[in-house]
Amino acid sequence: MGDGGELLVPRRKRRGRPKIDVRQVGHRFQQLVALHDVNIEVHAGEFVCLLGPSGCGKTTLLYALAGLVEPSGGRISVDGVEVKGPGPERLLVFQEPALFPWLTVRQNLLFPLRARGFSREEAEGRARALIPLVHLEGFVDALPHQLSGGMRMRVQLGRALALDPAVLLMDEPFAALDAQTRSHMHQLLTRIWLRDRKTVVFVTHDVHEALVLGDRVVVMAARPGRVLQDLEVRLARPRDPDDEALVEMARRIRDELRRAEEAGAPAPDAERERREREEGNEHERVAPQDDRRGGSTPDLGVPL
Amino acid sequence: MAGPLLTWAFLSRLGPWPHWLFPDPLAVGRSFATVLSDGRLPAAVARSLGRMVQGYGLSLAIGVPLGIAMARSAVVNASLRPLVLGLQALPSICWLPLAILWFGLSEGAILFVVVMGSLLAIAIAAEDAVAGVDPVLLRAAGTLGIRGLRFHLGVLLPAALPGVLTGAKLGWSFAWRALMAGELLFVAGGLGQLLQAGRETLDASLVMAVMVAIVVVGVAVDQGLFRMLELRVRRRWGLVEAPA
Repeated sequence: MGDGGELLVPRRKRRGRPKIDVRQVGHRFQQLVALHDVNIEVHAGEFVCLLGPSGCGKTTLLYALAGLVEPSGGRISVDGVEVKGPGPERLLVFQEPALFPWLTVRQNLLFPLRARGFSREEAEGRARALIPLVHLEGFVDALPHQLSGGMRMRVQLGRALALDPAVLLMDEPFAALDAQTRSHMHQLLTRIWLRDRKTVVFVTHDVHEALVLGDRVVVMAARPGRVLQDLEVRLARPRDPDDEALVEMARRIRDELRRAEEAGAPAPDAERERREREEGNEHERVAPQDDRRGGSTPDLGVPL
Repeated sequence: MAGPLLTWAFLSRLGPWPHWLFPDPLAVGRSFATVLSDGRLPAAVARSLGRMVQGYGLSLAIGVPLGIAMARSAVVNASLRPLVLGLQALPSICWLPLAILWFGLSEGAILFVVVMGSLLAIAIAAEDAVAGVDPVLLRAAGTLGIRGLRFHLGVLLPAALPGVLTGAKLGWSFAWRALMAGELLFVAGGLGQLLQAGRETLDASLVMAVMVAIVVVGVAVDQGLFRMLELRVRRRWGLVEAPA
């Protein structure tokens, strides 16, 4: 095991109550198992990337965290309170800019603040403070359609940050941007995160992006949507996207994802056995994820 | 414009029909100038537009919320949509007998016909527009915590406004037709009444002059007011490239 092994290690359990606690969450769309027995803990101030191919349920999980999707099984809680719908402490950032096209940049920032009950002065103050942070000086009176894709994304980010949520939930926010703009957005987001240390859950299918941004990368696989590995990224920030160690880590995760894809879903026998065990334990609902890491779950080849 | 006018002038002079029944453009122009200067035309236009403000205003005030409700509530949709679509097939003038039974030969009867003539088209267009709002905007409003009246007036309505405006424009032309039909039928002032006055005095040139006035007012509002509003909204919303 080379350098990469020490820089990318399975997550160790932390003490104290997690900010976000995802326990045995499952979700079905009719016959399709979108999520199967997902367990994730996110502590306050962590930047966690959910990484996986399309169909692995990462977006479903994010929407469940946002309270827009109610999972068909399991429990999601934030600060110990079960998530029952959208809440002011969690804010979703979309892949589309999702700006109000009839409002100027400034009005797009002000409107949600006013809707949340902030006074005009307070709202104006917050908007003024955020404009330079997301580099939109000189564009406050522009309309969204007059801006570039990257600028629109910065407005959306600014609009979210203005509300100062404890948790930012980001749904592949930079996937539609060109490579250079995306790289700028990574730097910007890292800088803002280092400043505010918000709890961030960031969904992406881009291994490289996950490693550039995250403290942790939760690797997921499809059919059924499940967690393969929960890894800590021990690289100092700001990270250089061309860093050799990072490139090497990305290669290994990609290999692992490919192997999981080829191996397909866990064997039916193991599947049934585990389901029976779960049904027996229905009232206790223990069975932490680590206990059942078996042959069916591909190993990332990192020291456990 | 010159071609049709010349043809009209020729037909009026050379046709087998009596000249007074088919006056030439000049006679119509003279009639137009007369009713304009003696104040009958301005008064009639003012009267008709006053009714439009009330009747059409009422249609907008009911139709837009009705359309939003049909788009947003499955219950309202299931119970009202078939009715709205069915009644939409009814020509507005067919409401007049019922209006006279209910309201008598009154202002109320005319307004009722105007409202029924335009309300449904406005509601259906508003429903379409709201149902077509980008779901990402609705999700964004949800996560940003924009709810209630602020959501309906601050997100849903502006997001649907381009489509609502198209429906409002259509509703205006429906309302204008319904009003003229209503005004024709009993003595109530307005342009329809002036048209009727022309018939009663066997003054075909007055009838034609008033017809011209009806077209002019209709086109002016449609092309002037609505066209301008639509263009401004579409520019602001980024639906057309604004000229650099």
